[in-house]
Amino acid sequence: MVYVPNTDKDRAKMLAVIGVESVDDLFYDVPKELRYPQIELPEPVSEMEVLRELQEMSEANVDLLHTPSFLGAGAYYHFIPSVVDTIISRSEFYTAYTPYQPEVSQGTLQAIFEYQTMICMLTGMDVANASHYDGGTATAEAVIMAVAAGKGKRRRIVVSPRLHPEYIQVARTYVQGMDIQVVGDENPHAALENIAGLIDSNTAGVIVQVPDFFGTIEDYGSLQALADKAHQAGALFIVAVYPISLGLLKPPAEYGADIVLGEGQPLGNPLSFGGPYLGFFACKEEYVRRMAGRLVGQTVDTQGRRGFVLTLSTREQHIRREKATSNICTNQGLNALAAAVYMSALGKQGLRKVAELCYHKAHYAASKIAEIPGYRLLSDKPFFNEFVVRCPKPAEDINRYLFEEWGIIGGFEVAKVCPGLEDSLMFAVTEMNTRDEIDALVEALREAASHD
Amino acid sequence: MAIKIDPNCYYTKSHEWVRVEGDEAWAGLTDYAQDLLSDIVYVELPGEGDSFKQGEVFATVESVKAASDIYMPLSGEVLEVNEQLANAPELINKDPYGEGWLIKFTPSDLSELGNLMGPDAYEKFIKEEEEKGGH
Amino acid sequence: MTKIVEPLIFELSSPGRVGAVLPELDVPPADIPAELCRADLPLPEVSEVDVVRHFVRLSRMNYGVDLGMYPLGSCTMKYNPKVNEVAARLPGFVYTHPYQPEDQVQGNLQLMWELQEMLKAISGFAGVSLQPAAGAHGELTGILIMRAYLCDQGETQRDTILIPDSAHGTNPASTSMAGFKVVEIKSDERGNVDLEHLKANLNDRVVGLMLTNPNTLGLFDEHVCEVSRLVHEAGGLMYGDGANMNAMLGIVKPADLGIDVMHFNLHKTFSTPHGGGGPGSGPVGVVEKLVPYLPGPIVDIQVVGEEEHAGHAHEGEEEMVEVFFRLVMPAKSIGRVKTFYGHFGVMIRAYTYIRMLGAEGMRRVAEDAVINANYLMAKIKKVYPLPYDRLCKHEFVVEGKLKDAPNVRALDISKRLIDYGVHPPTNYFPLIVPEALMIEPTETESLESLDHFADAMLRIAEEAKTNPELLHEAPHNTPVSRLDEVGAARNPILRWKPAE
Repeated sequence: MVYVPNTDKDRAKMLAVIGVESVDDLFYDVPKELRYPQIELPEPVSEMEVLRELQEMSEANVDLLHTPSFLGAGAYYHFIPSVVDTIISRSEFYTAYTPYQPEVSQGTLQAIFEYQTMICMLTGMDVANASHYDGGTATAEAVIMAVAAGKGKRRRIVVSPRLHPEYIQVARTYVQGMDIQVVGDENPHAALENIAGLIDSNTAGVIVQVPDFFGTIEDYGSLQALADKAHQAGALFIVAVYPISLGLLKPPAEYGADIVLGEGQPLGNPLSFGGPYLGFFACKEEYVRRMAGRLVGQTVDTQGRRGFVLTLSTREQHIRREKATSNICTNQGLNALAAAVYMSALGKQGLRKVAELCYHKAHYAASKIAEIPGYRLLSDKPFFNEFVVRCPKPAEDINRYLFEEWGIIGGFEVAKVCPGLEDSLMFAVTEMNTRDEIDALVEALREAASHD
Repeated sequence: MAIKIDPNCYYTKSHEWVRVEGDEAWAGLTDYAQDLLSDIVYVELPGEGDSFKQGEVFATVESVKAASDIYMPLSGEVLEVNEQLANAPELINKDPYGEGWLIKFTPSDLSELGNLMGPDAYEKFIKEEEEKGGH
Repeated sequence: MTKIVEPLIFELSSPGRVGAVLPELDVPPADIPAELCRADLPLPEVSEVDVVRHFVRLSRMNYGVDLGMYPLGSCTMKYNPKVNEVAARLPGFVYTHPYQPEDQVQGNLQLMWELQEMLKAISGFAGVSLQPAAGAHGELTGILIMRAYLCDQGETQRDTILIPDSAHGTNPASTSMAGFKVVEIKSDERGNVDLEHLKANLNDRVVGLMLTNPNTLGLFDEHVCEVSRLVHEAGGLMYGDGANMNAMLGIVKPADLGIDVMHFNLHKTFSTPHGGGGPGSGPVGVVEKLVPYLPGPIVDIQVVGEEEHAGHAHEGEEEMVEVFFRLVMPAKSIGRVKTFYGHFGVMIRAYTYIRMLGAEGMRRVAEDAVINANYLMAKIKKVYPLPYDRLCKHEFVVEGKLKDAPNVRALDISKRLIDYGVHPPTNYFPLIVPEALMIEPTETESLESLDHFADAMLRIAEEAKTNPELLHEAPHNTPVSRLDEVGAARNPILRWKPAE
C-alpha cells in the first residue's frame, strides 16, 4: 500500500517475532464491541486523481494571480522571490522536527538565530523569539507576558480600538479564564489621548498598532507620549507593526516600545487563504525570561566551535508544565525560515525599495480616488499603503460592481468590523499593483458611483 | 560524593536551609537540592522589602532542565538579596550554604522553627528520599 | 550530513549587494516626510547566489525524515508524501486572500468543509473546528470549550482538571492558561489510569480529565470506558489528547470511548510535515452538546435552490440543486483562537492524505504503526529494561539504563544513534520513567529500516560496556559535537551583533 511499505509477508514475519497470532491480538485492550468501526470516507483515489480533483477545487476560487486585488487588512499580497520557495522546499528543512537534538539540527537552529536577529534589526528591539502562530496569537501572548511582568498583580490591558479587531478577539479568547480585562476598543473612533485616559495603576500593558488597522500612522511624538504614560503607570508599551512598513518607517523601539509584534506573513509567505503565517515577537532584553515561545541561542561545542541550541527552555511547557510562560509548543519554523530567506534576499536596499513602492503606489491611488466626485479619504493623517475611502454608495455594492463589471477585487468593507461605516472601503496597495491596475480601479470606482 | 549538611541550619522538606543569627536570618538551597537540580543557570529573586509567609514561594531557580520554586523557610521580610547570583548563579552549585545564599531577611516568628528539621533530622530525611529511589 | 562551517548571513554581507531585483516605480512619486523615516535598516546585503548557497549549506546540517528513520516518540515522524506539497502549492489555493467574499473562494471552503467531515467520520465527533494552529493550541481551545459549557450549565464552581502523570507537558500548561488547577492522577502498575486514585479525586470541582490514549507510554488504557463513565458521573467532561491518534485510526473512534473533546494533530497523524518546528495544525472535534461552543469561523454547507425546486422537481433535474459553503460562527462560540481560519495550507495536505488512503488505508496505517512498534520492542527489550511489559500501541518506552554500564545515560545512547545514521528517540519523557527513551517508528518504516535501528540499539548496548567513551563523546560525524547548553542559558546570546 502507498506509504506503508510492509507486505503481508513482512507482517507475518514481524508478528512471529512479537509472538502474537494476528494483528487483531495487538488490539486486545480496545473494547471488542467498539473495535474496527465503520468509517464513512470517500473511496480512496490515486495520486493522479487526487491532483485532478484538487486542481478543480482550487480553480473554483477566484485567485489573485488572475485578478487584481486591493485587499489587505492584515494579510498582504507581496512579491516572493523564487529563492524563498527553493529553500523551504528543501526537505532537510521541512521534514525535520523541532531542533531538540542540536547536533543534527544546526541548519534549522542557525536559520532561526538569523531570523531572530533580523526581526531585532527590523523592530529595533533587543531580542526576538522563534515566532508564534500569527499576529493574533502573538498579541495574546503579549497580553499574558505583560500581566506576568506585572507579577500578576495588574489585570488590565488597554488596547487601541485601531488594533486589528481579530487580534483583540483572539486575545480575549485566550484570557477568558484568567481574570484579565481587555478594554479600550468600545469606541472605534477614539483618539490616542482617549486611550491614554484608560491607563491606571491596574494596567499591565497598552497595545497600539502602527500603522493602525485603518492604515493611519500616528505621529511618533504622540506614540512616545502614550508610551511614557504607560511606563509611568508601570505598564508595558506594546506595538503591533506591519513588517514591510519598517523598511521605511521608524522602528517602534524609537518611540518607547517594550514589545513589538506583528503578522509576519508579508515577509515571504503567500496569502494561502489566511495561513499558515507567523507571528513575530520581539522585546527588550529585561523581559526575555518572561517571553513565551522558542528561543535559539549561540554557544560552543566541546571543541570550541560555534553552534546553536534551543535555550532558556525552562520557560517552556515541557519542563515547567503548569508554571510555563505559555503552552506554546510548536513555532512556525518553516514560515520563519521563509521570512529569513526573504529578508536576506531583499536585504537592506530591497526591503526599503518594497516599502517605497507600496508607499508611492498607495499615495498615487489615494490621490486619484479622492479626485473622483463622491469619494473622499476618511483621514488626512499620514498613511503607509492602506487607506479608507468613503464612497457615494454602500461599500458592498461598489465592491460587487468592481468585481462583476471590471474583474477587480475591491477593498475591505470596513463595516464588517466597524458598524456605521457601511459606505467605507479600505484599499491596500502593494508593489504587486501595477499603474494600469490602479488606473482601472479609479475608472471602475468612477463608473460605480454613477451606475444604478 | 557525600551531601554536605550545615550543622548551624534548619531545613525544610523542600530542601531550603535557614540560618538565624540574632534578629536576622539567611536562606538558601541545600547541597542536596543543588545536586538534584544540576547546573543552575538563572535565579529569580524577590524585591527587598517583600514579605512572605512560611511556605510561600519567594524565588525561582532554573537549571537547563527544570525550573523550581523556592519556598520561604520562615515568615519574614526580605532585607537583602544576593545580587551576585544574577551574574554567577553557579555560586549555588559551588557553595550552597555560603556564597550561594539567596536572601537575608527578618524572621517575624521564630516559633516557626518548630516546623523545620534540624541537621540530623534532615540528614535522615534525605537518606530516606534517596532510598525511595528516583535519584 | 556534511561537516561544514557556515558563517552567519550577516558575516557574508557586503555593501551594495542585492539578492532580489524589484520593478521600477511606475507612478509619480509621492512626498515621504523625512520625519516618518528610519535612519538605517541594518539588514544584510548579499547576492541571490549567496542566499541560495548559504541556506542550502545550512539545510545539509539538518536531519529530516527524508534522510532516514526519525523515531521520536509522541511526534509521529512519518513520511510526508510529496503529492501533499504539490497540492498545497496549487496557485488557485495559494493566491487567495482570507477576506475575499465567500463566493470567490468556494473551492477553499469546500476543502475545509470536507476535511471537517472526514475528521468527524474518523473520530465519531459531531463537530470540528479547523482553527487551532497546533496541538497545544487545540488543547487550550478544548479546555476553553469545556469551561464555557460548564459555565453555561451553571457549574461555575468547577476549577480542577485531572491529568494522569504520564501526560504531555502541554496538558498542565494549557490547563493553567484556562485558569484551572491541575491534580495529577497516578498510573497503576500496568500503566493505566489508577482507578482508585481517580475516584478519590472526583468531585463537583472537577472540570474533567485530560486523557492521552494510548498514553505516552504507548499503552492503551485497559479501562478507558470505565474512566469516562466515572468522570461523566461526577459531572466532568473527558478531554482526549489526539497526539497519539495514529494508533487509533480505523481501530476505534474516540467519541465511542466517551471522549467529549479532542484535538487532532494534522502534522502527526495526517502526514503533514513538521517544518523544523511548525506550522502544525490542531483541529478540535467535539460531541453534539459542545458543538455550539466551537471556535469559529467554521465552514457550513448550505443547499441552494432546494426550496424552489422541492415538490416540483422534474426528472433529470437533480443538477439544479447546488451547494454553497459559508463561514459561520457557532452560536455560543468561545470566540476566535486565531486570526482568519486556521492553517489552510496544512489542511490541504491532510485532505490530500486522507483522500488517498480512505477508510481502509486509515486502518492499515494504525495497524502497521502498532506492528512496527511492537516488533522493535520485542527486538530490544531483552537489553533495554521495559518498565511496563505489555503489548504496546504505536510507541513504547524503555529505560536507557544498561546493566554493566552504570555511567551511560539515555542521552549517550541517543547521541550514539546519530553515528548510526538514525535520529534519536525522545529523551527523558515521560517523566515517570527514569532515563526514558520513547520510541515511535511509525508505519512508514520498512522491516529493513526497523532491523537497522534495532541492530544499532543492540550494538550500542555492547559498546556501552566495552567502550563507553564512544558513547560519551558521540556524535562523532556531525557539524558540531555536543554543545554547551549550560553556557547558552547562563549567558544568553540570542542574536548576532556587529563587531563594535
